[in-house]
Amino acid sequence: MPRIIIVDRTLQEDTWETLPRDAALPDSGNVIAPLETWRHVRESARARSGAVGVWLAPDDDPAGIAPDVERLPVIAVQFPQFADGRGYSTARLLRARHGFRGQLRAFGEVLRDQLFYLERVGFNAFALKEGRNVADALAAFADFSEAYQASALAPEPPYRRRTTAAGA
Amino acid sequence: MYRYDQIDRTLVSQRVAQFRDQMRRHLAGELSEDEFRPLRLQNGLYVQRQAPMLRIAIPYGMLSAVQLRTLARIARTYDRGYGHFTTRQNLQLNWPKLETVPDILAELAEVEMHAIQTSGNCIRNTTTDQFAGVAHDELVDPRPYSELIRQWSTFHPEFAYLPRKFKIAVSSSIEDRAATFVHDIGLHILRNDAGAIGARVIVGGGLGRTPVIGSVIREFVPRAELINYLEAILRVYNRFGRRDNKYKARIKILVRELSVTGFAAAVEAEFAHLEGGPAVVPDAEFTRLESSFTAPAYETLADADAAFERARHDNRAFARWVEQNTFGHKVSGYAAVTLSLKAPGVPPGDATSEQMDVVADLAERYSFGEVRVSHEQNLILADVRKADLFALWQEARPAGLATPNIGLIGNIICCPGGDFCSLANAKSIPIAAAIAARFDDLDYQHDLGPIDLNISGCINSCGHHHVGHIGILGVDKDGSEWYQVTLGGSQGRETALGRVIGRAFAADEIADAIEAIIGVYVASRRDDEEAFIDTVRRIGLAPFRERVYATPVLEAA
Repeated sequence: MPRIIIVDRTLQEDTWETLPRDAALPDSGNVIAPLETWRHVRESARARSGAVGVWLAPDDDPAGIAPDVERLPVIAVQFPQFADGRGYSTARLLRARHGFRGQLRAFGEVLRDQLFYLERVGFNAFALKEGRNVADALAAFADFSEAYQASALAPEPPYRRRTTAAGA
Repeated sequence: MYRYDQIDRTLVSQRVAQFRDQMRRHLAGELSEDEFRPLRLQNGLYVQRQAPMLRIAIPYGMLSAVQLRTLARIARTYDRGYGHFTTRQNLQLNWPKLETVPDILAELAEVEMHAIQTSGNCIRNTTTDQFAGVAHDELVDPRPYSELIRQWSTFHPEFAYLPRKFKIAVSSSIEDRAATFVHDIGLHILRNDAGAIGARVIVGGGLGRTPVIGSVIREFVPRAELINYLEAILRVYNRFGRRDNKYKARIKILVRELSVTGFAAAVEAEFAHLEGGPAVVPDAEFTRLESSFTAPAYETLADADAAFERARHDNRAFARWVEQNTFGHKVSGYAAVTLSLKAPGVPPGDATSEQMDVVADLAERYSFGEVRVSHEQNLILADVRKADLFALWQEARPAGLATPNIGLIGNIICCPGGDFCSLANAKSIPIAAAIAARFDDLDYQHDLGPIDLNISGCINSCGHHHVGHIGILGVDKDGSEWYQVTLGGSQGRETALGRVIGRAFAADEIADAIEAIIGVYVASRRDDEEAFIDTVRRIGLAPFRERVYATPVLEAA
């Protein structure tokens, strides 16, 4: 049974297979490959049907895939533990600096109570930890209606909007 | 002081609702302890030795009388009628019931307060000079900058799961009263030669297991770029700070591993991308923030007040209090007053609900309804007419708030220690009490002059022992409590870390050891003017070591 994930705040069946490290690349199907495998695929230009995305571990530098963001359909960022916050900076850099506009997905130990922050740094897809209630988790996006910082959802921090509103 | 606008109010009340639901899910078994822990910590809630502990944020130490009365009421209703003011200008309640915490947060929200990010591996409460806005030696009022940083750091989505906690302190005076050299980031708000306002940036200071004095990585960041520069520092830390060992996870370790110049270069490279970007703070926002911190309606007064001078002349106890507990004000005829929370026999920094109510009343009648908390764990009335000082003193005295010991050995900085804190290796409050009892003669304290004595119950160093002229650190040896003594630390402009004098002392030896140290000082000081710290710097540790470890009582122990 395909897995249900959140994409753009709605529930969807996952059409991608996330390959573990060192797994062989299947000949068909949409896959999200670890960085190493993805590099290998890109260089060998191997013929296969189906699209290939890439996933980054917390210590993978997003700058390394910057030249490819235009043609990557999906980039996933792994959260081995939810308390490891490196992936938040990875997402922010992919969106704000490297201009990635495709699906940016968080996977691994992704929990309801981190969704609000994850969305604000630029993730729009979330594969929750196994066994979690995905439908309940949707409520987390409404936890706050305001924020103090610029983010993927609001390009300007409120101190710029506040002053604009005041006519300054 | 800063008043919430619609954005602030919405965020804080939505936070209460969010946490109420998280607590509900935790109690229903839907959120495991591991998953709940960072959520409750980022709302100031610890699970402690005896009971939960709730740390309430007091942003840069500023409180209104109304807020202080609310804290008094919360302590009375949900706790045991007292609270503990901390070295980071916050208030801790030691006995709230876990399930009542959402209600406490809701009551706080009504008076524009919260417990957001007072714990956890995130950006903590920003602290500043307790005399901000009134200090005679101030360059620029640091409070608008502190408020800017409070907002930016609150719920910052990228920096909520840092390698470790992260503390920012802001100062803008000749004397640094905010301990900026022992914070993860210290900022000095100042004007450059062209008269533009900006910040000197210090990074990588900290106490704890590996005490380090911070390093300046930038002499001047224009204020418009302050948030971009902070983002650059935090991003470098978030990406590259160590996460494999919590004792090596603070930014000071990253700065050491990259070297100060290497770290600064990484920050500059990141900043180059951010500079001029959407987080630039417009002048209009500074104007908006500054308008929250305008001067109160001061009267035009002569600096000297005849009745005040007469009372001072006639009443020695009052004169002593004025000398120790008031601070020079930039407005003629006014003084800033420190209400000491270091009365003999009371745990340092503790205040009862009754005392909080008294302070709120005094603030309303004598100081425009505002109170500040100092990092030395006292309460400040910042704007008192000199003509009112005598009346204020007479009212503060019976409430136990007028001990004339600010800057003296009786003004002990002390963490809650092993009586409350589950991190502590040793008790600290009884040690403070034992030492205070030895020096309970205020005339003697006064003769000894300025001495900072700081006590931490463990290496986390909440009592800032490294920067005390005399520092005491509780350590665990074979399951019993011992105390290591350091000498020569100092805070402020000439921040220095104390050095350990020798083997640790048992709890019942420590007061003797401190007395012996003071004895060496009294015998060695050049004259009455030479302060303790200056004597230590001049003669070194050896004379202290010889005397302390030669005391027969200690040899027999």
